[in-house]
Amino acid sequence: MTERLRVENLYKVFSKSPEPALRMLAQGAKKAEVLAKTGIVVGLNDVSLSVPTGAIYMVMGLSGSGKSTLARCINRLNEPSAGRILLDGQDIVTAGEAELRDIRRTRISMVFQHFALLPNRTVAENTEFGLKLQGVAPRVRRQRAEEVLSIVGLARWGNHYPHELSGGMRQRVGLARALATDADVLIMDEAFSALDPLIRTEMQDELLRLQRSLKKTILFITHDFQEALKLGTRIAIMADGELVREGTPQSIVLDPGSDYVAAFTREVDRSRLFDARSAMNPVAPVPLAAGLSLAETGDGGGLVLDDAGRVVGALDADTLRTLRNGGTSLGNLLRKDVVTVRECDSLLDAARAHRAGRPMAVVDTEGRLTGTLAADRILAGIASAPPPQPAGGPHA
Amino acid sequence: MLDADDLAVFPVDSWIQDGVAWLALNLRPLFLAIKWPVEYVLNLNIYLLHEIPFLAFVAVAVLLAWRLASLGVAAFTAIALVAIAALGVWSEAMTTLSLITTAIVICAAVGIPIGIGCARSDRMWSVVRPVLDIMQTTPTFVYLVPVVMLFGVGTVPGEVAVVTAAAPPLIRFTNLGIRMVETEMVEAGLAFGATKRQLLWEVQLPLAVPTILGGLNQTVLTAMVMSVVVAMIGAEGLGLVVLQGLGRLDVGRAAVGGIAIVLLAMVLDRITQKLAQPGGPGGRPLLRSLRGLFRPDRAIEGKTVGANAVGGPAVANPDQ
Repeated sequence: MTERLRVENLYKVFSKSPEPALRMLAQGAKKAEVLAKTGIVVGLNDVSLSVPTGAIYMVMGLSGSGKSTLARCINRLNEPSAGRILLDGQDIVTAGEAELRDIRRTRISMVFQHFALLPNRTVAENTEFGLKLQGVAPRVRRQRAEEVLSIVGLARWGNHYPHELSGGMRQRVGLARALATDADVLIMDEAFSALDPLIRTEMQDELLRLQRSLKKTILFITHDFQEALKLGTRIAIMADGELVREGTPQSIVLDPGSDYVAAFTREVDRSRLFDARSAMNPVAPVPLAAGLSLAETGDGGGLVLDDAGRVVGALDADTLRTLRNGGTSLGNLLRKDVVTVRECDSLLDAARAHRAGRPMAVVDTEGRLTGTLAADRILAGIASAPPPQPAGGPHA
Repeated sequence: MLDADDLAVFPVDSWIQDGVAWLALNLRPLFLAIKWPVEYVLNLNIYLLHEIPFLAFVAVAVLLAWRLASLGVAAFTAIALVAIAALGVWSEAMTTLSLITTAIVICAAVGIPIGIGCARSDRMWSVVRPVLDIMQTTPTFVYLVPVVMLFGVGTVPGEVAVVTAAAPPLIRFTNLGIRMVETEMVEAGLAFGATKRQLLWEVQLPLAVPTILGGLNQTVLTAMVMSVVVAMIGAEGLGLVVLQGLGRLDVGRAAVGGIAIVLLAMVLDRITQKLAQPGGPGGRPLLRSLRGLFRPDRAIEGKTVGANAVGGPAVANPDQ
């Protein structure tokens, strides 16, 4: 995965003469100390992160943690005090006025918490706002606006005014406006925080659906850890202007690293967050008979695979023993009631599929067996005890 | 015992006298330059308003009041205008209206740009603000003194006084309106790469329009008051009717002037006040109203759509 956006040692202090505060921060002082000694508010303290192309990168933190400041530094609504922000290798911090304007027009667009739609313009006029600023011809930009409005499901609403729309619909317009300029990077600053819980969930699903085809690089600011888990490819957690934890949602839940982060992860619904692969027992098939191999399930029995690694059936511990002792032919001893789940299915799906007494196979996208799953493993994965990490798991 | 009069040792009156005399003598071209556009616009307005036939004027005024404000205001406008004509002071009322419309034009042309400048520069605002404070606390009467010294007497110097008195509210409200535009709106403009000029024209000014129109209402009312007061320096119009009535102890004549002034003021206030009231939560009264003037079909369509959205179930809502 290539890197679209890189933040290096970014500092932001809110002062006209930031030097004393920056010097203190460089010597390891924290936000509170700087405020007490100099009266200067620190927004960001030495933040570095890397946003891969096509990721939904969640920046999560409580109010005052600097998450919005970070987002605003990316398109320089806030001027960084020190550090570098590289967009495809180009430093945004040192960009001149015209260059910055160009970046804002074509490379980075933004969705706002309270939508920030112009009340005196129709939905279509709001959507084409960015294009109008670029000087795109009226007919061309209107056509583009209609395109993106239909992408976000507001095809027939172009001639209405924002105040005629519900909150969720307004934010769809906000999203459409951001998409209209075709920028590769989208900053979503608490974009769904002002919405009702149900509408928020709907918008989250919508964003995930859109992202599958759009493949933008999204920097999503939120104070909601559940939202971060649901949407995030990676999550960065901020506190007091510093980055305290960064990683994939699963790795953060497995290993919060600090009490501060653990406070968020404690209430997480692991059954939806973790997939079958994270809890399964990996298998090592051994040849059984001509064209068949056996993957032992650990309880004495095993799954029988064909050449391609697909599950043909299962053998009980007793049957397997009989077979090994030179028993009868294989065919009529095979159990056909194997439950199959995919690696990417959540533990919740696995739990739903589970049937007492029936073996459970975990397969990859090709249908090849990669592991087995038993009830105790599913339970261990859902409970807060971290499941042991199998090799080649998703937490690397 | 110290008496207050003993302290009156500074000959401030003669200083000012000398100062103004010096100004009048040495800066004459400047004052002529100020006077010229005022005179030009004023004469144009006086000519237009006196030439237009009475019935045509009433028709246009009623139509404007109806489209910009409401049917009620339109009806009131018709009654008030007919009453003014019935009082026999139509021509004087038109002169007063010329003074006011001229003040609106010049105040808008000068005041709005100054207001914009103040909104964009704290330094400029810190200079302009005390000047406005002084201008607005100075009794209108006091304006007449320097105006007479620098511009002479008559209707045109009177108009200079009207403009000077009426400009401050518009400057204030323009500054306020732009500064009050939500930060998130301004940030949205910046985030999509607006230049400073685009930010002003695309975001700040349109959103400040309701507030600016509120300022315009204040300006109209101040101009109304001032247009009466300047009768004392020889300006024509309804003020002169009152002044003459007072001078001749002709209470009836003075009252006629007074009633006409009140009627005219109420018509102007109602219409301009409605302009400033936002149509919806966002507020886009002026443009939409003006558009409605020329395209009545579209304005009506806009209204029904709004009603539907408020009504709820009539419109399919994907969020529900």
